[in-house]
Amino acid sequence: MYDINHIYEAKSVEDAVRLRMEQPQAIIIAGGSDLLISIRAGDLAGCDLISIYMIDELRGVSLDDDETIRIGSLTSFAALTKDEIIQKRMRVLGEAADKVGGPQIRNIGTIGGNTCNGVTSADTASTLMAYDAFIELTGSEGKRLVPIEEFYLGAKRVDLRPDEIQTAILIRPESYQGYEGYYYKYAMRSAMDIATSGCSVNVKLSEDKKTIVDARICYGVAGPIPMRTRSAEQAVKGLPVSKETVEAFAAGALQDVNPRTSWRATKEFRLHIQGELARRCLTESINRAGGIWS
Amino acid sequence: MIEKQFKTINFTLNGKRVSTSVDVRESLSDMLRDDFGLTSVKKGCEVGECGACTVLVNGEVFASCIFLAIWVDGKDVLTVEGLVDVDGNISDIQQAFIDETAVQCGFCTPGFIMSAEHLLRTGKRYTRDELRKELAGNMCRCTGYQNIINAVEKAMNARLAKAGK
Repeated sequence: MYDINHIYEAKSVEDAVRLRMEQPQAIIIAGGSDLLISIRAGDLAGCDLISIYMIDELRGVSLDDDETIRIGSLTSFAALTKDEIIQKRMRVLGEAADKVGGPQIRNIGTIGGNTCNGVTSADTASTLMAYDAFIELTGSEGKRLVPIEEFYLGAKRVDLRPDEIQTAILIRPESYQGYEGYYYKYAMRSAMDIATSGCSVNVKLSEDKKTIVDARICYGVAGPIPMRTRSAEQAVKGLPVSKETVEAFAAGALQDVNPRTSWRATKEFRLHIQGELARRCLTESINRAGGIWS
Repeated sequence: MIEKQFKTINFTLNGKRVSTSVDVRESLSDMLRDDFGLTSVKKGCEVGECGACTVLVNGEVFASCIFLAIWVDGKDVLTVEGLVDVDGNISDIQQAFIDETAVQCGFCTPGFIMSAEHLLRTGKRYTRDELRKELAGNMCRCTGYQNIINAVEKAMNARLAKAGK
């Protein structure tokens, strides 16, 4: 038996919002692949939970009328990888989700949980940030949309108000149409591991495929929260598709990152791989976009 | 004494409809072992890393140690005990594990069998590398995995041949 005081079960989003207001001390549990482990370790012993896991309306990926991709917050990593909308429009997100844990974890872990726990190493978070995703939060006064960069407030802290739950993640058409991306997870093991560092890059090329129109990059584990390195992005806008451009991109990225030494890796080692990840991810994104190298 | 907090849930367990009263704080692995006596569900790490507690919920693999029992309400749960046929014969995957010496201490075996059962139900042909990736959530300290992959591959090939693929 888990060391939980009480579990409140939400049957709908409205139910969850009501429970949030009635039980302000309670913690939201989605899939529980982080939370149940913290409870078992005793870190959250005796806590109250609001379970939203059974709210099926929060599962699945759909397209809004304006082609905005809408991902229900309880969509599992495995469901995301298998989803056709994601495969056709934003395959890098499905690929990033496929790097999480192992098959069992990818079935229980949710994209909402991956962002709401505010962890920098979350495999989907860097890709979502690199695509300028919006977080949809539903509370007692309705819905509000927050850019994902503003949703992250600090390590393990997100902009989730006491009466809210996260209900969807949105990616607008101008953020993904014409872009191709690539995510690289650097970890000691190729399965069942947490990223030492991760990097998600996407690029939009000119019609003749020879020039970079736009490039975006976001790291996991380069700082306390997923981090866009804008110096890299600005450095390559309008430049030709070339090895020199890739080098400029990596140099720009290293100006902005600020990794720490932890038991997983030293700061120096992370800086080394972060430069290399920028190179590899931009190169692969360009290749995926059909870039012609000069 | 901690007060009990029971809830009645209904679900399908190994093909049979069941109704039970479970404490809302119970894990699925605890409920299956303690309330239903399904001791094929092993508790190894209890943090969702080792895969020994793997069961199928609505046909997908889940680590039952990090899954609340109340979440199976209305769903379909399958454990190794549900793989035997009406005469009590073991399944093709179980036999393949025996034939290929994929079992040493046996603790991880039920979890591997359930992960393999899920894979074979898809009817797809997996390469050995794909099998390794799909079985990455199950850990074995004895065999070195080679014979486990051999067993799953053998059972997969036999099922695909039977289906005329």
